[in-house]
Amino acid sequence: MSPTSYETVETDVLVIGAGGAGLRAAIAAAEGGASVLVVCKSLLGKAHTVMAEGGVAAAMHNVAYQDSWEVHFADTMKGGKLINDWQMAELHARESPERVLELERWGAVFDRTWQGRIHQRPFGAHTYPRLAHIGDRTGLELIRTLQDRAVHTKGVDVHMETTVFKLLKTDGKISGAVAYRRADGSLLLYRCRALILASGGAGKMYRVTSNSWESTGDGTAMAYDAGAELRDMEMVQFHPTGMVWPAGVRGILVTEGVRGEGGVLRNKEGERFMERYDHERMELSSRDVVARAINSEVLAGRGSPHGGAFLDITHRKPDYIRTKLPSMYEQFLKLANVDITKQPMEVAPTIHYAMGGVRVDAETGAATVPGLYAAGEVASGLHGANRLGGNSLSDLLVFGKRAGDAAAEFVKAGSAPAAEVDGGEVDAAVATLMAPLDRHGGESPFKLMAEIQDTLSRYAPIVREGGELQAGLDQILAIAERAKTCGTGGSSTKAFNPGWHTAYDIRSMLVNAEALFRSAIERKESRGAHARSDFPKLDDELGKVNFIAYHTDGGMKVRAEKISEMPEYLREAVQHSYARYTPEERE
Amino acid sequence: MSQPADVAVSDLDLKIWRGDANAGELVSYRVPVREGMVVLDAVLWVQANLAADLAVRWNCKAAKCGSCSAEIDGYPRLMCKTPIAEYGGSVTVRPMKAFPLIKDLVTDVSWNYEVNKQIPPFTADEKDMTTSEPWRMQQKDVDRVLEFRKCIECFLCQDVCHVLRNHDLKQQYYGPRFMVRIASLEMHPKDVLDRRPLLKGAAGVGYCNITKCCQEVCPEHIHITDNAIIPLKERMDDAYFDPIRAIARRLKGNK
Repeated sequence: MSPTSYETVETDVLVIGAGGAGLRAAIAAAEGGASVLVVCKSLLGKAHTVMAEGGVAAAMHNVAYQDSWEVHFADTMKGGKLINDWQMAELHARESPERVLELERWGAVFDRTWQGRIHQRPFGAHTYPRLAHIGDRTGLELIRTLQDRAVHTKGVDVHMETTVFKLLKTDGKISGAVAYRRADGSLLLYRCRALILASGGAGKMYRVTSNSWESTGDGTAMAYDAGAELRDMEMVQFHPTGMVWPAGVRGILVTEGVRGEGGVLRNKEGERFMERYDHERMELSSRDVVARAINSEVLAGRGSPHGGAFLDITHRKPDYIRTKLPSMYEQFLKLANVDITKQPMEVAPTIHYAMGGVRVDAETGAATVPGLYAAGEVASGLHGANRLGGNSLSDLLVFGKRAGDAAAEFVKAGSAPAAEVDGGEVDAAVATLMAPLDRHGGESPFKLMAEIQDTLSRYAPIVREGGELQAGLDQILAIAERAKTCGTGGSSTKAFNPGWHTAYDIRSMLVNAEALFRSAIERKESRGAHARSDFPKLDDELGKVNFIAYHTDGGMKVRAEKISEMPEYLREAVQHSYARYTPEERE
Repeated sequence: MSQPADVAVSDLDLKIWRGDANAGELVSYRVPVREGMVVLDAVLWVQANLAADLAVRWNCKAAKCGSCSAEIDGYPRLMCKTPIAEYGGSVTVRPMKAFPLIKDLVTDVSWNYEVNKQIPPFTADEKDMTTSEPWRMQQKDVDRVLEFRKCIECFLCQDVCHVLRNHDLKQQYYGPRFMVRIASLEMHPKDVLDRRPLLKGAAGVGYCNITKCCQEVCPEHIHITDNAIIPLKERMDDAYFDPIRAIARRLKGNK
């Protein structure tokens, strides 16, 4: 191969991903005095944050005066089945109100209470109404506010439609990354002193998903390659309510806000079936419970015509629905020809969120590789075995800021100029990236991606089983072998060639899928989002550990690691809160 | 009742503009149509099965991100929100015309991001910024800007605006999207900055002659002309073209 030619760009802090976490981190790092470069695969403002609908969880007690950070903490821990990083959960519950108010001072607009405070709506498994929102498009408000703040913050630059495909280390420390521009395939070498991953999840591994083409788990895969540890990779969330019909829209999200505003779930016999699964919280139970409930109803033959359940909000006034759920109203009217003020929606679970991800330090978001940080969905810990709705937007704000602050500090502390990168490592990474362009007879990456999606959907569904998980792992490893020799689907152009881009994306997906299967095999119990038919109960011993996936010369390994003891005041907060544990299926 | 999800109900003749800034042509693809399919599904089907190098932008597939803008049978729309069923057996998809082409359906929209940087950001009163008290605002005041903040930046309004599309006056006029942006700041209950000089100058609100095409194509149904541009024109006029004030200025010896 000819010597690699690339443009070199230097920055103090490199941020990968321009969703809420990436932008919040960029703002914090720049305010900390660092030069910051944000790199994203799409255009600015299109990241997944934009699709968050329901709201941002923060115990501001504007609607329920009894709310406090302790209750929010307890809700988060109980929802996550106590394998959360309790330190993260505490920081998150304490700091999210401040982060929301800060957003308002940057120009964000929220719905108000009659006294003029920020209004908060009820949501699944939150004890009190806690979600600051604006109709059902809170994510758009959040990303637009952060986007405008970031581009007007001195020291922040953005490279759009650029894919980072390799992290570089020098002397064990992060020293840069290599990327290509999607438009023309030209290469970029970033040299940096600290690097923040804010690249989101890997929901594209599944066929029925609320995630876009971007969610291929690049961040987790690159961190893993760089030697960072991954945690809780078996924990992926099915959102209970995705659209099921028509076929073309299957998987698109139906906000939990519908249930927050009073929507009820019924099976085809008209029964409000949540009564049988969680009679106290009903539709507003945690997401893992509601998703499994719908799944069970369908399996028992009580599903809706297209294999889901009915979600009904028609008892609310049409004007109220159109004000509080405008984009849902529009979405169903336009895509499914259903007027939700008059007819029920048909919904079924859809893949939504990865609780697992890069293992990080609670206070700083530092990964286990020096100079590497992670925040948002790509990181792990806060949500444990199941994420509560609304906790992801607050996660982005709280830990985005913390990672940005810490990265800026790290840059200040290490005064040496950015270390030289290893040219050989760059050349090898570029060769791997370019290889599919020359493999004219190679398999189509789109076909391999479909096989990955089928494997996950079939062998790691809502309820899993040991033998199937093993079969799924074998299949993923076999696909990984074939992926090494895949082509681009026919064309060898580097100009905006999605086939070529996908050939790289599936490599990331395969790392995520392997970690998911390996961790899921080890967790021989049912906990939160991870339910197993062969181990249907909680195992108290496994409740004391997280599973860590890590890189060895012999391939990926998984080990159990003990969770540290919660201090007394937090244990009390959990014990004395009114928050209820999710009832377990214990047949 | 309905068909099983995966059975094709008919075939579609999908014509997609393929090419780059130098040359290109419409290419025809036969796509099996499933119930409820939208144009984006058909385009992605072609990408996965017939033309892996077909360039197209998309993300959320739910009309929330504004990535998949294109001209469908000549009309600027989001592909993810356009059911195939609205057309007969054939449909033509072209890239947005107002922006330089990169490849196939992907255009260079970076100019929009440059414009956004030139608009002074949200600025509240010093007192508001320093108080430790959370702000109070009334819903009815918030409601005024809600409409503008729904914008998903699909840039379809920019695409259809004749000032940008036919006359290419991008140096003189920011375009409808950024009139909406300025309106969302100007009418924010807590914003105190005066952007009227900008409107008269670089933003060029005077270039809009109220044909309302932008309003018609907005997938978020924002009343761009009625609720954003016209009130902004009025604000600007009040400051610069009020005849009584003009006389007063002349009497005072100002210009």
